[in-house]
Amino acid sequence: MNLKLALVLLLAAAPALAQQSPYAEYQRMALENAPVELFEQGGEDLWKKRQGPKNASLEQCDLGQGPGVLKGAYAGLPRYFADADRVMDLESRLLYCMTTLQGRSREAATKRVFGNADTPSEMEYLSAYIARQSNGMKIAPGRTHPKERAAYELGQKLFFHRAGTWDFSCASCHGEEGKRIRMSDLPVLSKPQYARPLMATWPAYRVSTSSFVTLQWRMNDCYRQMRMPEPLFGSETTVALIAFLMATAEGEPYRGPAIKR
Amino acid sequence: MAAGPMRMRATQGAGFTDIRVLMTHPMETGQRKDAEGKIVPLHFIQNVTVKLNGKVVLEAETSQAVSRNPVFSFRIKGGAKGDKIEVSWLDNKGESTSTESAVA
Amino acid sequence: MSQQRRQFLRRTGVLAAGLVAGLCKPLLALAASWNKDAFGAKTVADTLKGLGATGAATSMAIVIEAPQIAENGAVVPVEVTSNLPGTTSIAVLVEKNPFPLAGKFDFMEGALPYVKLNVKMGETADLRVVAWAGGKTFTATKEVKVTIGGCGG
Repeated sequence: MNLKLALVLLLAAAPALAQQSPYAEYQRMALENAPVELFEQGGEDLWKKRQGPKNASLEQCDLGQGPGVLKGAYAGLPRYFADADRVMDLESRLLYCMTTLQGRSREAATKRVFGNADTPSEMEYLSAYIARQSNGMKIAPGRTHPKERAAYELGQKLFFHRAGTWDFSCASCHGEEGKRIRMSDLPVLSKPQYARPLMATWPAYRVSTSSFVTLQWRMNDCYRQMRMPEPLFGSETTVALIAFLMATAEGEPYRGPAIKR
Repeated sequence: MAAGPMRMRATQGAGFTDIRVLMTHPMETGQRKDAEGKIVPLHFIQNVTVKLNGKVVLEAETSQAVSRNPVFSFRIKGGAKGDKIEVSWLDNKGESTSTESAVA
Repeated sequence: MSQQRRQFLRRTGVLAAGLVAGLCKPLLALAASWNKDAFGAKTVADTLKGLGATGAATSMAIVIEAPQIAENGAVVPVEVTSNLPGTTSIAVLVEKNPFPLAGKFDFMEGALPYVKLNVKMGETADLRVVAWAGGKTFTATKEVKVTIGGCGG
């Protein structure tokens, strides 16, 4: 093989990420000037607010680092929780705490999990606040417990599983390099080099809708876009997918809560 | 979000104090349609005032072209730790909010 | 003038104590108001006219920092600094917006001629800044390409 051909092949193989996105400057400036803090503040208030029949706050909620410990909690999720005997992501865990600590019914607590520009949801505020406490720490979801491994494998299977009226899987959009939807790049999320920068920047303030979006929302919305049935909030499906994505992004310094177009 | 809390942080830079304000306000342009197809009426911040230790140092008139949930940064000359900064806004409906903070 | 506006003006110290009695005429002459002519103008020329800035001279001393390409026009961060000595005010315009004027900032003793804000841009356009310094007006522009406009929602 001659040198020229070798060079061409080498350059062609360089990951798309090696080129800086034309939006890098915009993303940096917009993040510096983003209203994310308002959501973090709202989240702190809700974490401390007494609610439900038990008139309790969420301050004793164990997000994996011990009751009430928020530092590093988001970066360590999803993980297995013995008290619930299942793997949970942040939002399903918060729901668990709302029902057990605060005595709220699942129906009441999930009445409005996804908000909008006018009225964000509790989950959105709480996610912003809790995610901030993991800023700078390495993404490290649970990998060793048998149920954690099972969740990872299920998530991986689901990522490639084609179903629904359009026979789509996550990989239909997120499975090929160099693809985009309108002006949004579609990262190949099953590969660490693409999963890492993505998972390090969720949840986020979505500029185009002036709303704060979380991973449960993203799973729900992707399923909608794939013409799949709507997943239950915090379902095994959504948690498995998030577990797979966070595991694929393992080791990346968490940089959220961030902003998205 | 509907008009709501304001958050402000005043920190010292090189010879100036940076004031960063985050406001909760829909800043409706009067051109957007809601889910039912009705125009959402004009609703935006028209005036912003910044005071340093009780004295007005900056006055702004703003339009609906400012982004939803506005974030502003202003700078004042010098500024010492403990100086009192007050920021207030008034919108076209006559609603107003203000917040106070000490220079860190 | 609405009661709330009167209260706001009082709180910010603009209303002189003697005028609190509710006399409408003198209150109209007060500073903290909203330049309807400038904000209601639909062209850059009319906006400048409303601001009294027609014929502003181009100046390199006005620094506009904004992204070359905005991913979304709903939030375009803009940072403006005027290095013109004696700058008293800065206005920010988005040339192709339905109403170009986004804001006018007046700096009193103690404030630096600097502002950072997020503006909505409907399409690729020039950001235009006007600065008032030493009794004269100056201007500068910077183009921002917008991939998806941010006015309609």
